[in-house]
Amino acid sequence: MKAKFLIPLILFIVLVVFLGIGLNRDPREVPSPLINKPAPAFEVAQLAQPNKTFSPASMKGQVWILNVWASWCVACREEHPVLVELAKSNQAPVIGLDYKDKREDALAMLQRQGDPYVLSAFDGNGRVGIDYGVYGVPETYIIDQAGIIRFKHIGPITMQVLNEKMYPLIRELKKS
Amino acid sequence: MKYVFLTITSFFILQFSYANDAAPLVDDPVTEQRLISISEEMRCLVCQNESLAGSRSDLANDLRREIRTLIKEGKSDEQIRSFMVERYGDFVLYRPPVKPITWLLWIGPFVILLIGIGFLFSYLRRRNASVVTTDLTAEENKKIDALLNTLSKGKQD
Repeated sequence: MKAKFLIPLILFIVLVVFLGIGLNRDPREVPSPLINKPAPAFEVAQLAQPNKTFSPASMKGQVWILNVWASWCVACREEHPVLVELAKSNQAPVIGLDYKDKREDALAMLQRQGDPYVLSAFDGNGRVGIDYGVYGVPETYIIDQAGIIRFKHIGPITMQVLNEKMYPLIRELKKS
Repeated sequence: MKYVFLTITSFFILQFSYANDAAPLVDDPVTEQRLISISEEMRCLVCQNESLAGSRSDLANDLRREIRTLIKEGKSDEQIRSFMVERYGDFVLYRPPVKPITWLLWIGPFVILLIGIGFLFSYLRRRNASVVTTDLTAEENKKIDALLNTLSKGKQD
């Protein structure tokens, strides 16, 4: 066998390919155990109207989007125009969950950048976030008519994610 | 005279401020001990190279607070672990459970070790087989004897 000297080279190339794949994967994207599970129940005060509360149970019967955000989160600011676009499309109502934030800061941000949310629930101490397995804001969930989480996106959603993943899924869920 | 009085008074005030023992860092050392033993086995999802016990990230603080409440509610270690896994997946555990999806993770290294040993043995066997041994002729034996004889004579001299 003449080509024997090539074996280390081939092994090396295989190793490089594996390392390359490893480098290009986002370590923050941990598969969520909540997919296809019922969205955890909660009831907290709303952001704009503290005397009213919000609970996911009130969204039963429609496909909706839960977006976890905060005014201190830089990536959320980056994501905001995409959310405004999403709200304009009228595909599904977007509910915000204002995570570990100060009311006045959050309201100021919505004032400045526009408010894509039907309403925002206020999770001041982050307790709701823990039930939803939130570890990096922003995070976005699509929840179906029966209250089952069908999709989770960690990090800012982009137009690409919106067009390629979220819109098709929302359309499909609406059909069923 | 005024200064002397002040000095003496401040001396007594100082005595008072020493009167308390150092407060313990935590209210409940038993809870804290359990918290540490549980959270050392968990990954902090924000800084993934740190354990939940060691991380100072905001989320880790909240999760430790949550675990503390669960301990006070009398939950077992197992219940607390499943509380975390339900929310963040097996990824939070440094020692994920053995199940079909983690088989490769758990036994993969041993499989690779076995393959390596297999390769080593087959290589050694092939190398042994390629060594050709031939018997010496009578002539060669005589030569060797002669050489050895001259060598041993040389040593005696």
